[in-house]
Amino acid sequence: MDRRAVYKTAWIGSLLLAPQLLLVFTFFYWPTGAALFWAFTLERPWGGGNEFAGLDNFRMVFSDTAYWGAVWRSMVFALGSTALAMGLALLFALFCDRQLRGYKAYQTMLIWPYAVAAPAAGVAFRFLFAPEAGIFAALNKIHPEFWNPSINGIHAMILIVVAYSWKYLAYNFIFFLAALQSIPRALVEASAMDGSGPLRRMWDIQLPLLAPTLFFLLVINITDSFVDSFGIIDLTTGGGPSKATTLMVYKIYFDGFKGLDYSGAAAQSIVLMLLVMGLTFVQFRFIERRVHYR
Amino acid sequence: MNRFLLTGATALALLVSGAAQAQQRVKIELWQGLTGDLGSAVEEVCQRFNDSQKEFEISCPTQGSYDSAVQNAIAAFRAKKQPTIVQVFDAGTLDLMLSEAFIPARKLMEENGYKIDWTNYFPGIANYYANSKGELYSFPFNSSSALFYWNKDAFAKISKTEAPKTWQEVEASARALKSAGYECPMAINYDTWTLLEQFSAIHGEPIATKNNGYGGLDAELVVNRTKFVDYIKFMKKGLDEGLFKIKLPETGANIVQAFASGECQMTMTSVADHGVVGKTAKPEMKWSVAMLPVMEGTKRLNSLVGGASLWVLSGKSKDEYRAAAAFLNFIATPESELFWSTRTGYIPVTKTGFQHLKDQGFYEKPQYEGREIALESLTASEVTPLSRGIRLGGFIQIRKEMRDALSDIFAGKVSVEDGIKSAVERSNAVLRRFEKTYAGKQLL
Repeated sequence: MDRRAVYKTAWIGSLLLAPQLLLVFTFFYWPTGAALFWAFTLERPWGGGNEFAGLDNFRMVFSDTAYWGAVWRSMVFALGSTALAMGLALLFALFCDRQLRGYKAYQTMLIWPYAVAAPAAGVAFRFLFAPEAGIFAALNKIHPEFWNPSINGIHAMILIVVAYSWKYLAYNFIFFLAALQSIPRALVEASAMDGSGPLRRMWDIQLPLLAPTLFFLLVINITDSFVDSFGIIDLTTGGGPSKATTLMVYKIYFDGFKGLDYSGAAAQSIVLMLLVMGLTFVQFRFIERRVHYR
Repeated sequence: MNRFLLTGATALALLVSGAAQAQQRVKIELWQGLTGDLGSAVEEVCQRFNDSQKEFEISCPTQGSYDSAVQNAIAAFRAKKQPTIVQVFDAGTLDLMLSEAFIPARKLMEENGYKIDWTNYFPGIANYYANSKGELYSFPFNSSSALFYWNKDAFAKISKTEAPKTWQEVEASARALKSAGYECPMAINYDTWTLLEQFSAIHGEPIATKNNGYGGLDAELVVNRTKFVDYIKFMKKGLDEGLFKIKLPETGANIVQAFASGECQMTMTSVADHGVVGKTAKPEMKWSVAMLPVMEGTKRLNSLVGGASLWVLSGKSKDEYRAAAAFLNFIATPESELFWSTRTGYIPVTKTGFQHLKDQGFYEKPQYEGREIALESLTASEVTPLSRGIRLGGFIQIRKEMRDALSDIFAGKVSVEDGIKSAVERSNAVLRRFEKTYAGKQLL
């Protein structure tokens, strides 16, 4: 017997859906459509002309070595920041879940960074990590050029990974802690009574039961690291030194908004969209198989 | 936000004086790209205009930066909500020039009955914003040029009383300063405006073919074959020897801060920073400015104007254009120029404005002393085809490519030749793309 509730007429359902559909259309399909149009034309910033360009924009993007550099750096950034933000968040969540001394205070403080806007975090990290004025000035005195993100590209990459992960750590922490607390105490306690230590319990019981959360966060973290890193980069390194922290999304911003090459930026954002979609597909296809939801 | 506040305030003011004021003022907006102290200075100019007459009212909200002033104006123009006037920086000039989005300066003034002596504008300034026939498209407003800043106290320690005139003298002084115990003889950064553009102009070296792009959109960058290469080699050598130091906001202090704090003894930056140094340096520190040094044995040509100009956008009403013309006429009056140059470090853009400043003894006052050198540098020679300006498409991206190349070269990641060569190739790709985007368009 079918127990689903069904509307007798279609229009009520459509009406109820309308606000959401309208939002999705206005803020997603419309801009995407415009980007798609620009990606196949050459758009003049002040209007007045729009030449059809076929696949020229994409050809230009793919033949540009600087673009492939940005793709490569985006991958490094995605892996680095996801590993750091998820790894540390899981560790902290496990500690908090074990109710170590003072855990209530940590718990609150660990959630705060997520409430800090990216520009504020960016400025803070720029000052903290400035080679001549920040905490690293002292280390640089002992060992010159020990830390200089304004010249050393690797340092700059580390800087943006850390600054970005700092915020996502808080986000991941909330999810991990919630998931850990929903694991039945009885399971963990039974295991403890059987003589397993905390590490063994984490490895054999808590982590497998966290798998759905882990998978969800993995998808979110990877996706966001491709599209959400802009604010941090703009305020800490500005994509430099040279192009060392110019990720795909930052290149789109620079070419489109600063350089006024609307069509080139549109083509790049289509590529980025396809890439993120592809990655998400791969994750669902190959990783989700190993996740058990019950 | 500011704009809302301003309109809110003016609305309130109107309500209060509504009864007394029978005639409605024509309101227009100017979107500016300056912020902080310079941004308030622009607002003060606007306020002075509003106080000077009763017919028009202008408000001048800042958009946060030069870039966003252009971006926001474009977005607004596409939505048909553009301001009447927008402040556009040097590198944003060509995109507007090739569009139909503006009213040429001369046309605007003629249609509104103003007789302007266009030759009154300094040619070095006007040419940057004019078409090839010399007709101004936009109104020069905040204009600057690059100067050489030097610390007199430090130079006294090496028994020198004059600024170096050539780069060879800079090197000798830097060496002497270094042995006198100064850690940072000269602060530099990756600014292509001074290192590439000003250098090429005053040495009469081309930046691009077709007279730096004035001759057509098919110009190509040539800086990998000019004295610029030797200059960068010279700078790199100085860096390696510790005579020059790179100062960036990311390292803790930019070149202006490093010079004003007395940490670095020489630097090159815009005359617009003259006021900043004056306000932030210790009062007892003695410093001065000079023209940019040249390579030994070079005849100096005029330097290039920097800063921004005011563009009047199309698609507004007759009344709004009348207001715009009145405002643009106002800012070119000697009195307004005096106010503007006193309040900021920018230079007057007209000959009568400059004369007025001189008559008022402006340049003899200690705090403004030396600012006339920017004008001397801009008028050091007759304007030649190569020192007239730069008219290249995608110039913001080209500057970025050159800047990236300089940062790689100075960090020792690539050789000087290779770094400049690949930046030139990448810039030429940008130029070809720009040419395609504006296919069928001609530079007037």
